[in-house]
Amino acid sequence: MKKVAMTGNVAVANAMRQINPDVCAAYPITPSTEIMQQFSTFVANGQVDTELVTVESEHSAMSACIGAAAAGGRVMNATSANGLALMWEMLYIAAGNRLPIVLSCVNRALSAPINIHCDHSDSMGARDSGWIQLYAENAQEAYDNTIQAVRIGEHPDLHLPVMSCMDGFIISHSIENLELLDDRQVGDFVGPYKGTAYPLLDLANPVTYGALHLQDYYIESRKQLHEAHKRAKNIVIEVGREYGKLSGRSYGLFETYKMDDAEIGIVALNSAAGTAKVVVDEFRAKGVKAGLLKPRLFRPFPYLEIADALKGLKALCVLDRADSFGAAGGPLFIEVRSALYDLPKRPVAINKIFGLGGRDLGLDDLRKVFEELVTLLDKGQAKSLYEYITVRE
Amino acid sequence: MSVLKLKELSKKPDLLTGGHRMCAGCGAPIVVRQVLAAIDEPVIIANATGCLEVATTIYPYSAWKLPWIHSAFENAAATISGVEAMYQSLKRQGKIPADTKIKFLAFGGDGGTYDIGLQALSGALERGHDFMYVCYDNGAYMNTGIQRSSATPFGADTTTSPAGKVLQGKTQKRKDLTKIALAHGAPYVAQASPHNWKDLMAKVQKAMSIEGPKFMNIIAPCNRGWRTQTNDAIALSRLGVNTCFWPLYEVADGVATVTYNPKKNRRPISEWLKPQGRFKHLFKPENDWMLKKFQDLVDENWRSVVGMHNASHPGEQIDPEEGKTW
Ligand SMILES: Cc1ncc(C[n+]2csc(CCOP(=O)(O)OP(=O)(O)O)c2C)c(N)n1
Ligand code: SF4
Ligand SMILES: [Mg+2]
Repeated sequence: MKKVAMTGNVAVANAMRQINPDVCAAYPITPSTEIMQQFSTFVANGQVDTELVTVESEHSAMSACIGAAAAGGRVMNATSANGLALMWEMLYIAAGNRLPIVLSCVNRALSAPINIHCDHSDSMGARDSGWIQLYAENAQEAYDNTIQAVRIGEHPDLHLPVMSCMDGFIISHSIENLELLDDRQVGDFVGPYKGTAYPLLDLANPVTYGALHLQDYYIESRKQLHEAHKRAKNIVIEVGREYGKLSGRSYGLFETYKMDDAEIGIVALNSAAGTAKVVVDEFRAKGVKAGLLKPRLFRPFPYLEIADALKGLKALCVLDRADSFGAAGGPLFIEVRSALYDLPKRPVAINKIFGLGGRDLGLDDLRKVFEELVTLLDKGQAKSLYEYITVRE
Repeated sequence: MSVLKLKELSKKPDLLTGGHRMCAGCGAPIVVRQVLAAIDEPVIIANATGCLEVATTIYPYSAWKLPWIHSAFENAAATISGVEAMYQSLKRQGKIPADTKIKFLAFGGDGGTYDIGLQALSGALERGHDFMYVCYDNGAYMNTGIQRSSATPFGADTTTSPAGKVLQGKTQKRKDLTKIALAHGAPYVAQASPHNWKDLMAKVQKAMSIEGPKFMNIIAPCNRGWRTQTNDAIALSRLGVNTCFWPLYEVADGVATVTYNPKKNRRPISEWLKPQGRFKHLFKPENDWMLKKFQDLVDENWRSVVGMHNASHPGEQIDPEEGKTW
């Protein structure tokens, strides 16, 4: 174990170095560029055994990852925003072929207008692709998730690709103190690769990947993917626990902060959760029973556990760093609100879309949200279900 | 490299089995079988979406007796890049035996190669993976119902370049993909035709003996799209070559060679166009200019290929006008 100061990107690149994947693809896009750039240095210096495929697009990046994983080895890659959007077709194909590729998604806003800063429109757009999605508050979590992603995706009961997300610039480019495991520890934790059930390189047992499934078989194939996602939750917990024993940092489906007796609460992904914790503390100091829930696993969405964790609240606000235009709220809100439906007594739930394209979420913005939640304790009804904050009117 | 003897070849197992469900008389499976029969080492294939892929792998069946992957339409070259990269990595790390020898092939139709897959092909050629990309060129997006591609010949009637009252089929000429592949500096680039199996297979064998990225463009008649008889594939590929529509040549390490010069077998392009329903309108008297233009395009292309040959072979000059008796 080693204490270091590094950016989120460099932390993830180091996790990749320690994992030592067999093949990686690389294509630049801000803010994830630095991960593969740093990794290229590891390749150039012989610090990893990886074959680096410097593709001509992200579509080819994911295509090469699919070919490589189907061939029968460990595969990783990183991208952001438009890069992920260009991969979109191939994301579904990676999942449908049950290939445990690990992709580091450094969250950035989708165009138009073009922007390079953080929001979650990229990974949220891929939420139905069949990938497992993990989210990270800071560089430490991004590092830890990257290592666990390998074990989760390659689990024999899953064989699923995993997207490990962190906030562009806010985390990817900020230097943080964090702890790296020893190279040996990571190597032992991820173990030898067994994630491809039917490797193309197994010449004695030739297989066909990507056959045409018509009305008579397609739905069964998708059902298998559906079932795999149902199994994922327990495996994420299992791997998180084992990682805790190794590192002293245990991981579950989500993190709760001062939720035990909370009456009002916020649900937020990634770095916004860090800001929210500060405001929770402020309101606690004023005697307000405030709390926070930060989902870690967004796909599959652990709706039963999240409903259970939120059931004691009287009012809550879900913060979404992405819009689902024309829907009944942002993507996280839709999930959370649906999860609450089966509770005998449901808290009032509101949704704020914030921080698109890297707009800062300040303490004051969150103070206002908590104040609104306090008023909901009496009123019980929100003036607006779903609105933008951190926006010029 | 084994010798190309029909008797020996006929004993090789078909790696693309019978009952593969492509149309009767389709050129593409003939091309695939010739390519595979020419290779002695184990082969892994990445196949682009298209007739060849769709018809041969209707789950739960597969006509392929070798490791085979289809991932999408535009990315066969990128997909095989990944497979080959994994092979190189595992071999270098000693995770698979060092003496493992595998040939990596990508198959794509003209739509999947000239058009939507051009970028992925370009990338893979430039990166220098040890693989061969084979384009089976049937001159249109056949699988989706005969839409024009950039490989569709001038004047052809397709469902998106129909011969109508104002427009008479495709208004543009073909893209020259073989020369584009060549411009990448790939160590081996060739054009072949299934009627001349010996030439085709010798080219495949030569390609397989060369390390690095290879590209072969192979004409593959489609009786549905060309609107011809089901027993025409071989006759029409032969005629395609003898009319100089589809020159047989290779460029190996910069040396360009016309591997077949029609000479006295040379025919005017109208003889290749005539049996094909997609060119019927070209034979209307008012479209005579189109036949002339088509012939001009063919001649221009032949002169350019012959020019490459002549530049490489000062002692074996070909006269591009030879055999032009009409
Ligand atoms: C991204 C994408 N766009 C379009 C299609 C639809 N599509 C499937 S096969 C095909 C035609 C293939 O044409 P070609 O590559 O020439 O092969 P052929 O069918 O002629 O053998 C098309 C357009 C697709 N599958 N994927
Ligand atoms: S439509 Fe044409 S290319 Fe497709 S299988 Fe039939 S003959 Fe072959
Ligand atoms: Mg075609």
